[in-house]
Amino acid sequence: MLRFLLRRLLSGVLVLWLISVFTFGLFFVAPGDVPRLICGRLCTQTQINLITKQLGLDQPILTQYWHFLDRLFHGDLGYSYYNSESVNTLIGQALPVTISLAIGAAVLWLVGGVSIGVISAVKPRSLLDRAGTILALIGLSMPSFLIGILLLYFLFFLLTTHGMDWFPPSGYVPITSDPVEWAHHLVMPWCALAFITAATYIRLTRNQMLEVLGEDYIRTARSKGISRRRVTIRHALRAALTPVVTQFGIDLATLLGGAIVTEQIFGLPGLGRLAVTSVVRQDQPVVIATVLLAAVFIVLANIVVDLLYAVLDPRVRLT
Amino acid sequence: MSADETVAASLTETATGSTAAPAVIPAGAIEGRSPWQLAWFILRKDRAAMISLGFIVFIALVAITAPLLAHWIGYGPTDQDRTNGITVDGLPVAPNSQHLFGTDNLGRDILVRTIYGTQVSLLVGVASTLLAVAMGVLVGLAAGYFGSVVDSVLSRAMDVVLSFPFLLFAIALVSIYGSGLGISVFVIAFFTWAAVGRIVRGQTLSIREKDYIEAARSLGAGDMRIMFVDVLPNVLAPVIVYTTLLIPIAIVFESTLSFLGLGVVPPTPTWGNMLSDSLDFYQVAWWFPLFPGLALLLTTLAFNLLGDGVRDALDPRAGRLSQD
Repeated sequence: MLRFLLRRLLSGVLVLWLISVFTFGLFFVAPGDVPRLICGRLCTQTQINLITKQLGLDQPILTQYWHFLDRLFHGDLGYSYYNSESVNTLIGQALPVTISLAIGAAVLWLVGGVSIGVISAVKPRSLLDRAGTILALIGLSMPSFLIGILLLYFLFFLLTTHGMDWFPPSGYVPITSDPVEWAHHLVMPWCALAFITAATYIRLTRNQMLEVLGEDYIRTARSKGISRRRVTIRHALRAALTPVVTQFGIDLATLLGGAIVTEQIFGLPGLGRLAVTSVVRQDQPVVIATVLLAAVFIVLANIVVDLLYAVLDPRVRLT
Repeated sequence: MSADETVAASLTETATGSTAAPAVIPAGAIEGRSPWQLAWFILRKDRAAMISLGFIVFIALVAITAPLLAHWIGYGPTDQDRTNGITVDGLPVAPNSQHLFGTDNLGRDILVRTIYGTQVSLLVGVASTLLAVAMGVLVGLAAGYFGSVVDSVLSRAMDVVLSFPFLLFAIALVSIYGSGLGISVFVIAFFTWAAVGRIVRGQTLSIREKDYIEAARSLGAGDMRIMFVDVLPNVLAPVIVYTTLLIPIAIVFESTLSFLGLGVVPPTPTWGNMLSDSLDFYQVAWWFPLFPGLALLLTTLAFNLLGDGVRDALDPRAGRLSQD
């Protein structure tokens, strides 16, 4: 167990290092002229040279990379090229938004997806099952920005024009200043994200449940006189949930790295938004930090999920 | 047995759509059928998959004949109808007899633009998927077949690609190297091949230990021959399933890039950039987001339905589950 954890952590660090090298290299060979971009068109060559020197861009790439790593190990992600704010601060501001978005949506899609999947599996081929299957298929095929536009049209525009001003179209209120407004502003983004993600969970839960419900020990449990409901929930669902947990870990981690499209549509100042603005104006320190942070979430989630797998399913041995 | 021939046979059958075959065989006559034929028989009975296939053929035809259709409708994809295509306030015009799907904020015909959008979506979707599958198959075969150091290096590479926050990275790549059709295809392929690679590697690992591989080697077959003649046909089923399911993912990916303004350069119409343009006008022009959105959704839906059908047909276990 400990050896497994150690090995996975090591390989995780290796993956992260490769990603950092890749991202760094990519931006270094990029054709964009960052100092000119920062300074504007009316800059003199002296000003540009000064900026280049200030940012350390005149040094060889290995030196720059070394400085980056050195600062990283001291917990400092550097400074944005533009407003010279520290990257730590920028990420510190954006992270709570993304976490709020991801966690709320995760609860919705997990509860919704798993319960629809279970209902589908308990009565296969029924009307409810078919409805669930179709819902899953639509969710799977729906691009996230399309569901965003749909929600904006129906929940914001149509309701508002009919005098029901229920859902704000954009904006973010910190949970610390007003928890009710926080949730109020996030309802639409939560629903949008949950709808497209729940599809996978409906399918996964349904397939797993169908498989488990056909197993001998379920019949044994039933023949011992345990009620159908109890067998479904206590015996079958528990065994069926293991792959769902795996999927959940990866999905949540991916979202924590920034729900780019959803944040864009609903005007949420989260990590995805920060990343896109920084990418567009080639704000290298911010981009590298967001990419790395997102990758950290994914790598960590992979390890946690493997550990959870062993806890949930006693048949799995970690080697 | 050559798997290629049977694939070809089932493919020609797809093209002609023959239905007479089982009827002429006298009762009791037993005919050997290849797994591919069996799969096609199952798939043909799947009504949803067949309707989807029909729809996909239809939009492929629409994409190919787009210039003809546009000529027939009377507007080009970037033509601005300044007299009838825009209101006095400069707003889009609702669907009418001249513009069946209405117009956008620049007075361009939405029907024609939606038709042209099929070109980009299908081209990018199919091209990037084929590229990704080719890469994934090559890497997966090599990793699974050679094992040891080759496997370690290639598997680690796949881990890295799969750990990338891919949309974010795609955006970074596009913002640096400029947007366009080619870069969209490349970016999408780059972030999807690893999933194919993992599947192929896993399958290859188990096939490598089979007796017939040993037999082929003892007959003097080289690595290349074993990999492509003996192993590849046996990993084809999951690869085909994954390919059909990857196409809608690639189409959504492309439209997302376009939506964020990082795909094919405007004014070339794509469903993604039409939807992005419509964001400022959906409150006054419901038709503006509706038609490209519907086209996008129906297309991905059709590919997903077909993919499900193909999986049920090729994987007997999945078939059993869905028929419980």
